[in-house]
Amino acid sequence: MVATAVEHSAILTTGRHHAAAAQDPSLFAEVPVDWSGRVDLRALQDALAVPATVVAAVQCANGEIGTRQPLERAHELCRTHGVPLLVDAMACLGRDPAPEHFDVMAGDARSWGGPGGLGVLVVPARTRWRRPGPVSEIEHGRTDVEPMIALALAAAEAWRATQADRADQSARSSALLRRLRAAADHLPDVEVVGDPDNALAHVLTFSLLYVDGEALVTELDRRGFAVGTGSACTSSTLEPSHVLAATGVLTHGNVRLTLPLNPVAPALADGVSRFIAELPEAVAAVRAHLGAGDL
Amino acid sequence: MRPNSQPIAPIEVDARGLRCPLPVIRLAETAKGKPPGTSIVVLADDPAARYDIPAWCRMRHHELAEMTELPSRPPSGETSNVPTSPDTGGLPAEGGHRGYVRFQVLLQA
Repeated sequence: MVATAVEHSAILTTGRHHAAAAQDPSLFAEVPVDWSGRVDLRALQDALAVPATVVAAVQCANGEIGTRQPLERAHELCRTHGVPLLVDAMACLGRDPAPEHFDVMAGDARSWGGPGGLGVLVVPARTRWRRPGPVSEIEHGRTDVEPMIALALAAAEAWRATQADRADQSARSSALLRRLRAAADHLPDVEVVGDPDNALAHVLTFSLLYVDGEALVTELDRRGFAVGTGSACTSSTLEPSHVLAATGVLTHGNVRLTLPLNPVAPALADGVSRFIAELPEAVAAVRAHLGAGDL
Repeated sequence: MRPNSQPIAPIEVDARGLRCPLPVIRLAETAKGKPPGTSIVVLADDPAARYDIPAWCRMRHHELAEMTELPSRPPSGETSNVPTSPDTGGLPAEGGHRGYVRFQVLLQA
């Protein structure tokens, strides 16, 4: 099995567990990414060329740093080596045009404003696919539980609404994200993470030198902003986000902004303006608390 | 490259036991006002340090001359490498201290 080093931990931990259980590290290859989080296609090709490779996982884009993956090229490489490509589209469905280059695609209805608890597996007719375990008669053998019609309908309706609004949503998100990126770039001692040119329009991540990520999240929360962080101090293992680690950026003082969809955040532009106004003060306060104001 | 040929003894920063971002802050405090060519050795067992100390060197344009993984924490006051038991496959013995990393930073102009 092959996966990029920035795949969701649901894929990485499963692959590592499989290799560890068989006491054979070669069963799971993690393909490195560059500074922006983009997969190294040469290394991907080398991993695909290993005999008995059965599947490759490449996400459409990374939900933590926004960087999109070159799916068309990855799919070409997979086809050349006869390896099916699994695309995790959780970060981009409802935001970007739906990916076209995959053999199996996985998604989550929450990505496009649908209900929680509904996963989506897209299996094109060209892909030979069989559900593991005994085959039932439900849904032509694609599942062994009766579908929850209400959930599926709600997800479909949310998909329709999101698709109708997508161009507008994307333009608004891009404009707000450009302002946020400019504001982050102006902070002293900052590393803005990810590919500035080929990334999702609703995710921005940056790391600040001499800042405790948890303290900054708390300070921003006090000011009414809910942000994420990939810094180690907030994780029970003390390990920073594997995505930040794979790109080689500064991992402490990390802030992750995710812009919500329009229907759930009608006053988003005002919130972004207030965030931009308050961010430098919040960062300075957290740095001063650690006595790192003049380093 | 050092501006002159006089060897300068490295300054040691023992940041073991400190969590991020404190190891990097200790390093920056030590580096402040020191001339180019100063060598600083940082010992850190925080898992984030292996990413953040190289990142600090890159952001501040200093040279990371060396980064060595060391398997376990020697008694305080010593910085020498402590051999691990062959029974544990080179890993620290069960219940022992986690490993740490030794960074050697060379300050640039």
